[in-house]
This record gives sequence, structure tokens and C-alpha cells, in this order.
Amino acid sequence: MDGVTSSAPAAPVRARPPLARRRNGRFLAGVAGGVADHLGVDVLWVRVGFVVLTVFVSGSGAIAYGLLWVFVKQEQADVARTAGRAERQQAFGLAALGVGAGLAANALGNSVVGWVVGPLGVAAAGAALVWREADESQRRRWTAGARSGITGMSGSGRTALLRVVAGAVFVAAGIGVFLLGQLQLGQVQFALLAVVATLVGVGVITVPWWLKLVRDLGEERRERIVEAERAEIAAHLHDSVLQTLALIQRQSDQPREVLRLARGQERELRHWLYGASGYGRVGRAGEPGLDTGLSAAITTAAAEVEDTYAIDVRPVVVGDRPLDDDLRALVLAAREAMVNAAKHAKVTEVSVYVEVEPGEVHVFVRDRGVGFDADDVPGDRHGLADSVHGRMERHGGTVRLRSTPGEGTEVQLRMPVAEAEQESGQ
Amino acid sequence: MTDPIRVFLVDDHALFRSGVRAELDRSVPDLTVVGEAGSVDEAVAGIRHIKPDVVLLDVHMPDGGGAEVLRQLRPELPDVVFLALSVSDAAEDVIAVIRAGARGYVTKTISGRELADAVHRVKSGDAVFSPRLAGFVLDVFSDRPGAAPPGDPELDLLTRRERDVLRLLARGYAYKEIAGELFISVKTVETHVSSVLRKTQLSNRYELSRWASDRRLV
Repeated sequence: MDGVTSSAPAAPVRARPPLARRRNGRFLAGVAGGVADHLGVDVLWVRVGFVVLTVFVSGSGAIAYGLLWVFVKQEQADVARTAGRAERQQAFGLAALGVGAGLAANALGNSVVGWVVGPLGVAAAGAALVWREADESQRRRWTAGARSGITGMSGSGRTALLRVVAGAVFVAAGIGVFLLGQLQLGQVQFALLAVVATLVGVGVITVPWWLKLVRDLGEERRERIVEAERAEIAAHLHDSVLQTLALIQRQSDQPREVLRLARGQERELRHWLYGASGYGRVGRAGEPGLDTGLSAAITTAAAEVEDTYAIDVRPVVVGDRPLDDDLRALVLAAREAMVNAAKHAKVTEVSVYVEVEPGEVHVFVRDRGVGFDADDVPGDRHGLADSVHGRMERHGGTVRLRSTPGEGTEVQLRMPVAEAEQESGQ
Repeated sequence: MTDPIRVFLVDDHALFRSGVRAELDRSVPDLTVVGEAGSVDEAVAGIRHIKPDVVLLDVHMPDGGGAEVLRQLRPELPDVVFLALSVSDAAEDVIAVIRAGARGYVTKTISGRELADAVHRVKSGDAVFSPRLAGFVLDVFSDRPGAAPPGDPELDLLTRRERDVLRLLARGYAYKEIAGELFISVKTVETHVSSVLRKTQLSNRYELSRWASDRRLV
């Protein structure tokens, strides 16, 4: 019962933001910014890292940047970020430094770096131009809110077209010069290589379209699943509710039966929508097997009593744990107590409260019915109390009975449980 | 006798509105229904114009539901009291409207007499906790092993007394019975319940903020 069991709590883990490219306050594609957000470091260090990798590790920085650009999505939320003047100067300074270092390395005979700074660099710049334009068009689509469908990059004016064409020319020229400069080959080989190079160029330029195609497909599949789920819910709802309404109309001269039907239908829908494994719980909490836990067992017992005796039993359950033999006995005892109240208390409503605590489980079954005098217990009630008592005591539990004539009865059940299991059940 | 309490009904089901109106008019003389609305926009305009004492607010409506009405009106009309009324018993819904500023939550299966009691109680500054809401709040504030530590003990922990009161509420006890059980006055019970309401609205406990953020309230 002691609420202040300070069980050495785990330190709060601050969730790392998922890797996403920045939309605002970026220079090229927002890759460095996104990586910095994800790792929680200053963006300057990430940029330095990319440049250093490019210059000293055979251009791998540039390749990594390109791959991240392709495979990491832009962030969707419009986070306001502005890059200050200082940051702008820093970034350009870094870029210039990188190019300078690359040229120097080239002069010293590092051919890989030479390619990156030379013709391949031109091709990369062209690809960057095209990809950046694709990013822009995606951004415009998000901003416009409407899904303009298949337009892709078109429809965003002449500048966009110009940029894409310029990018394509850069890519083609870069690859062409690279081939001419690096290789001396026969005619056939050269033609073959030219074809391959063209294919590579086209592939590089059309990367954004491919990506968009794949992502849109995934998006569409997700939407279809949601749609199907919705249709299933609607069908279930309509079917069961219409059935119940028909039954109610047919039995309208029997108020007790109507009440039972309406309540049963309500309970079923509620369980379906908000229950432990119901629609409302899909993808949340995600505790499998809770349907077989104490909470579900109590709810089922309450439902059975409701159905049999046409009264309202509304259980409130705090906490949950898997059923074992002791708890099964507890549920059965609680059910007997509910039946008892339904039979004898002359009420339309019974409250059931269950609380799972680390060392014990309490159940309270309460009615505001006729009650009885402890000294003057009717024979049948006495028998029932005994069966509840017997059940509980065999499993180490206790029962307390409180009743005042005219004010109602409360059965209090207590069952000790192992503490270790509670934690593993979490 | 004092002036009747002026009640405003917000629910997107006209049938339910007329049912509540009929029941309140018939069985409870000291409440008058002064207006009703079937959508968020209607409700905001109507409540702004009429300035009722108590608003009975449906949780589920198109365009944001009861929480949206609360969001738009709470800052400018701090004197209007909101009592949420819903068929839903889902924890998120209950917690969401309470955190948006409702003084209580009752389900639509409540009888006319009980509803009138609840209206009176919120009007006089009390909170109204149905047994189920009491259960949810106990659940949220329970000290499970491995739960996140309280950030602000003043808001994130219930006192022992508050816990006792909530437990009895969840067991279906009335305030008077709780007072008798714990040997305190009814006034003290009310104070404890109001304090729990305040904590439920302001606490940043993980579960509470999760439910609230699921509904985009914070």
C-alpha cells in the first residue's frame, strides 16, 4: 500500500531525433545539419569531418555525403532555422579550404583526389544541382499541401528547368572529360565505355525520381492498409449494432431483456474499440497476452454476471499481471461476490474495483443494496460467503465482509502475490 | 432559492442533446438549458455569446472535439466551467479533456439525477471523478518499477491521503461515505479531489504527457 517505493529509477533517456536532412538553414542538402542534430554535436564539426574525409581518405567524404543525401529523407516538419552570417562564411571557407587542399594533393600526385576535384567533381556538382532541385520541388509540394501527383520536378518554372538541364550538362561533361583524360583505349572499348558512362550519368541524374517512386509506393500501401482497417471497423459496427437494434425492437415488451441486449452490445463495442487488444490499442503499449491477464479475466467475469442477471457491473482495474492459480481463485471468488450482490442486494448496479500492487492484489465488490446484519445472516448467503472464504483461504488470501442493513454490502478480497513476478510481467 | 444554473449543451448528436435537455428540464428544477451547439464552431460562438455557468461538453466531435472547444475558450472565459460528457471510456480521451481544462468527466450512461449532481458540484468549484477516471489517474500516478522518476514532486506524486480518497472513489464511494471512512470532513475530501485534478492537469508525468501529446494538446 506504501506508494513511495523508490525503486531506483532508470535515468531518463532523451530520445535522439531520427536522422533527417534539414530543410531550413542548409547550404547544400542539409545532410551535415541532419547528422549534427542526430548526434547532438555542432554542425561545424560534421562539416569539417566531411571535408577531411574527402581530402585525405580518397574522396570518401563526398561519397558518404552523396549516399546520405540519397537515402536520408528530408525532415517533414517546417522547423524555423536560419544560418547566421558567421556560419555561412565558415561553410564557404571550409569548402574553399577543401578544394585548395584537394588541388594541392593532386599536385602531389594523389590521383584519386585529383579526380574528385577535377572532372568527377564537375559531375558531382551537376548531380548536386539536379538533386537539390528535386529537394526544392518536394518542399514546394509539402508547402502547397496539395499532392500534385506525378509532376515530379516540372511545373516549378523555368529556373527549375534551367537548373536541371545545367546539372545534366555538368554530369555529362564531367564524365566525358574524365573518360577522355584518364584512358587511352581503342575505338570499341571507348564506345562501350561511353555507353556505360551515359547510363551512369542518366542514373545519377534520375536518382530523385526513382526515390520518389519507391517512397510514394510505400506511402500508398500504408494508406490502403489504413483504409481497409477502417472499412472493417465500419462493417463490424454496422452489422452488430443493426442486429442488436432488430432484437431490441422484437423484444420491446420485455424491458429486462432490452436492457440486457443494449448493455451486452455496449460492452462488446467498448471492448472492441478500447479493450486491451481492441482497435484503440493497436500499436500502443504493445503488451502481448494482456488479454489473458487479471484485468481481462475480471472484465470477463463481470460481463458474465451482467449477462446472467441483467444488472450493471462496471469494473475499474488499476494495473495488471499475468494470471496464475492464486489469481484465478481470486477472480472466481470475485465472481461469486458479484453473483451474490446481483442475486440478493436488489440493485441494478455493482461496483468492482481491482488494484494490483507489488506484493498483493485487492478486489472490492460493492453494492448499495439492502445489506444484511452480520448477526442475522440468511442461510443461503452464509453458504456463499463460506465458498468465497474457502476459495480465498486455500490460496493464502483473506476476505473481509462489510454490510449495513439498508446501505449495502462490500466484499473485500486480498491475495498476496510474489513480487519478483510482478516486475518480469511488466 | 438561488438562480438556476445556466447550462449549455455541446454534442454533435441532436438526439442526445434533446434527450439530456428533456431529462434536465423534467427532473431538475434548478438547472436551465440556455443553449446548445452541434459543432466546435457553433459551440465557441454560442458559449462566447451566452456565457453560461456550466458547459456539458462532448469529447468526440468532428474538427477537434471537446478539447478544441476548451482550447479556444478557456483563456478568454475562465469563469465558465466545463464538464466533459462522453460515451468513450478510453483513457486517452478522459485524460485529454481533463488536461485541456475540464473540471470533471462523466459517461453518457449517467442518470439525469446524477448528472444534475455533477453539474452542481463542478459549478461550486469541485471536481467530478467517475470511478473509472479515478482508476485511470491512480494508474498514471502509480509507482511502477522502472517508471520514469518524478520531475516535480509537488505535481508528479500523489499524497497518501489523495491516493486513499481516489481508491475509495474508484470503489464507488460517495464523498460522504469517503469522509466517514477516512474520518475527515466532506470539505476535506473535496479539497483532496480538487488537488488531484490540478495535478492531473499540470503534471508532466510521462504517461500523462504521452496521452496528451497523442491528442496534440501540448
